[in-house]
Amino acid sequence: MAKPPASLRELTSRFGPHLNYTPAGGWREESTHPYHLVKTHCCFCGQQCGIQLKVEEENQRVIGFEPWEEFPFNRGMLCPKGVKRYLQSEHPDRLLDPLMRAEQGFRRATWEEALDFTAARLRELQEKYGKDAVAVYGGASLTTEKTYLVGKFARVALGTRHVDYNGRLCMVSAGHAYKPAFGVDRSLIPWEDIPKAQVLLIVGANIGDCAPITTDYVWRCRDNGGKLIVVDPRLTPIARNADLFLPVRPGTDLALLMAMLHVVLRDGLENRDFIAEHTTGFEAVAESVKAWDPRRAAEMTGVPPENIEKAARWFAKAERAIALHARGIEHHSKGVENCTAVINLCLATGQIGREGTGCSMITGQGNGQGGREQGQKCDQLPGQRQIDDPKARRHVASVWGIGEDEIPGKGLTAEEIMEAIHRGEIKGLLSICFNPIVSLPDANFTREALEKLEFFGVIDFFLSETAQFADVVLAGSLHEEEEGLSCSAEGRVIHIQKAVNPPANARADCSILCDLARRMGKEKYFPFISMREILDEMREASRGGVADYYGITYEKVDRQLGVFWPCPTPDHPGTPRLIEGGKSFHPDGKCRFRVTEWRPSGDPLDENFPILLTTGRVVSQYLSGAQTRRIGELTEQYPNPRVEVHPRLADQHGIREGDWVTVTTRRSAVTLQAMVVKTIRPDTIFIPYHWPFDRSVNRLTHRTLDPQSKIPEFKVSACRLQKAERPPEWWVEREAESNGKKPVEGRKRG
Amino acid sequence: MFGYEFYVDPSRCIGCQSCMKACEECETHRGKSMINFDFIDRRETIGTAAYVCWHCDDPTCAEVCPADAIKKGEDGVVHSSLKPRCIACWNCVLACPFGIPKKVPEYEQMMKCDMCYDRTSAGKRPMCATVCPSQALAYVRPEEIASRREKPSNTFYFGEQRVTTKVFMMVPPEQNSVSIDVMDYMWEGEDEPVSPAERGTPMAG
Repeated sequence: MAKPPASLRELTSRFGPHLNYTPAGGWREESTHPYHLVKTHCCFCGQQCGIQLKVEEENQRVIGFEPWEEFPFNRGMLCPKGVKRYLQSEHPDRLLDPLMRAEQGFRRATWEEALDFTAARLRELQEKYGKDAVAVYGGASLTTEKTYLVGKFARVALGTRHVDYNGRLCMVSAGHAYKPAFGVDRSLIPWEDIPKAQVLLIVGANIGDCAPITTDYVWRCRDNGGKLIVVDPRLTPIARNADLFLPVRPGTDLALLMAMLHVVLRDGLENRDFIAEHTTGFEAVAESVKAWDPRRAAEMTGVPPENIEKAARWFAKAERAIALHARGIEHHSKGVENCTAVINLCLATGQIGREGTGCSMITGQGNGQGGREQGQKCDQLPGQRQIDDPKARRHVASVWGIGEDEIPGKGLTAEEIMEAIHRGEIKGLLSICFNPIVSLPDANFTREALEKLEFFGVIDFFLSETAQFADVVLAGSLHEEEEGLSCSAEGRVIHIQKAVNPPANARADCSILCDLARRMGKEKYFPFISMREILDEMREASRGGVADYYGITYEKVDRQLGVFWPCPTPDHPGTPRLIEGGKSFHPDGKCRFRVTEWRPSGDPLDENFPILLTTGRVVSQYLSGAQTRRIGELTEQYPNPRVEVHPRLADQHGIREGDWVTVTTRRSAVTLQAMVVKTIRPDTIFIPYHWPFDRSVNRLTHRTLDPQSKIPEFKVSACRLQKAERPPEWWVEREAESNGKKPVEGRKRG
Repeated sequence: MFGYEFYVDPSRCIGCQSCMKACEECETHRGKSMINFDFIDRRETIGTAAYVCWHCDDPTCAEVCPADAIKKGEDGVVHSSLKPRCIACWNCVLACPFGIPKKVPEYEQMMKCDMCYDRTSAGKRPMCATVCPSQALAYVRPEEIASRREKPSNTFYFGEQRVTTKVFMMVPPEQNSVSIDVMDYMWEGEDEPVSPAERGTPMAG
């Protein structure tokens, strides 16, 4: 049984989250402490901003940052997470040794003991229950080399087909729409195209909070006279400046997008030449949107029909238009359909393949792009190759030096793995860079599943809430402690520099995986001494694939300040814009229209649960908060999740600003403070998701998955709202601990 | 300095507070932000505004200081009060028409934005304007700012007081100054005394 071996209070007092406010060594005058700057990137989010870390010469530790103005994507700009990212280094919560479960809590162990135990348990479980009884979780905040190694480790060292990653909770719906349409899963545009568009359609993307640097690109588009259309149930910071704001009801984006295409075709605004020359499947799609007149869509979406018409006309009539989308349309049981509908709109209007046109998902996780293309996704081998493609298997098997049949087939996706654990089919789990107790839907279910594991090993640098359930925690490395590549939201491959060594007995993630592979008797497939060797093998493995990295080296990335893939040869400059001239990656070079079909959300409203609940992020936190909830100023900026409620809905429930309210869904209930704001639809409430346990909105969300992408439907749940009679226990406890002062998450560091 | 000027445009602000976080990092502030940041009225709007000191040509804060503790440098930067002179009377805090100076009781001193003169004097950009993701705070060349929708103005009217500043506010193109008095936008008949501000439309929220 993998229950946490001590109480939450005990675990928290030892492992945090504690709040780090000041640089290592305290605030000091620069001149007295010589340092050097390391040009690298921020670890928080898919923008992958360039940043310089200040490394103190004397103690070789990270003590601050300096903007990196030469890096072209962000030109020195950073959001608050980037400014404070350095505070994760030298953090008091940092795991400095491997930990093993003990009677009471965890005890420190030697590497020998922890690795031997991990390998022995994995082997025992596989011998007893079969290879596939063990699964591997990876993460999209790892460098691309690490994600490559995670995929190879699962398939070659363990021989399990079950390897998937937390990117499954991010942009997979977009990937599963773009790959069939274009033969490639990547933003079609470099961000420098955004200011060149005359119309910018931003649908389901809270750019100000979730991709802050992109804001400047959007504003520059407006400076150039571009019109901004924003589709979002909330009036977000970018919606404030929209020329057209469409406050869509959560779960109905598809109706809106199909109605836009309806208007385009009804009014003859389609680009017939583009459709004829560069696409297939148009007729069926045209037929399918016939029923979606703006009036019908207005009734479903709650957006005025004339504004749907206007949006469609602006987009179609512009010489150059770009559509950007993110989790707002992807986190749905019809997430793939939503993205496909955006693609259909761009194809029908010929807004693709030229400067200032195209569509793009705004990838959210740090290495969300690179993390999904080199082999830790359950359905893909390196280079975005499909795992069931015999040619792909042959190529990768030859690079790995194994038989084609030795590569396992397609495995389960992230949420499906958790469900298989719950059913008792998967008995062992090795997880790196994933905090599913916070990030998967239906957290009570996730907890039950974790408690059923016969073995749970975690590689991490902090004891995340999920790692509390582990039998072994292997103290791994931070972003700044290992070199590697990453790929940003725009498809630019960048170079993460190693700034410092892992502290004390913590170790580089790659060496941990290679040592485990040796213990599984597979050392000859994992002979890597340096990251460069892993990169070289990954380049070969990706060669000839869609995401071809063969021509990419660290030196070239440094020289060019990033290389857009595909980059098939050493002298190839890279490919910033995809589908140039309308030519797709499919063998016939055509882009494919695909029919989208309306279906309702998996958690329908009824009289007991009459309100829509949607979730998302705040600007000061990153994903499950495992890192950012440990940084003082970021936590204080938004200490606890709050429920955004429109005054009309608040009045109906007698709720005022700051009141405690209980939100109940078919899964569970959570009590949080209300924030009464006119910036959200009155039929919808919003709660951000970065917090664990009794503050976790993911206790409320449901496990309905998109049938193609297997993304959970985080953006639509049915709930009810009640004013709470008293504050919840977690608040009372915190208040008691802080002697009546404003409760914050931990203690200030010295 | 070095051909750059400071521009503030609240209409671009996304409320991320990166400017405050970056300001805190300065080794002379040691965790204190000198940015003035506001949620305008969170119930009604997502609108936010981040300001630095406007660095007035004739700084009111310095004019009202009984201890002559507030100095303006040759570069036009108005500094925090000089520690040995400051008597912590907070006249400056009360008098500044923009509400910029901050009381720091534990240092018995007024502190405020000094436009990172340590950086700007060496040709670097101020920290807040360097990191600002929306470039609501921008430290750029005038020709760069000329490509924006909004135009720079550095003339403000507070009732009868006309203030000109080193830092520019981005305003709608047809407007040359910023007035905060509604009277300046009204019409009360032909006999109305001439308004100090040029009559125009106030900036959009």
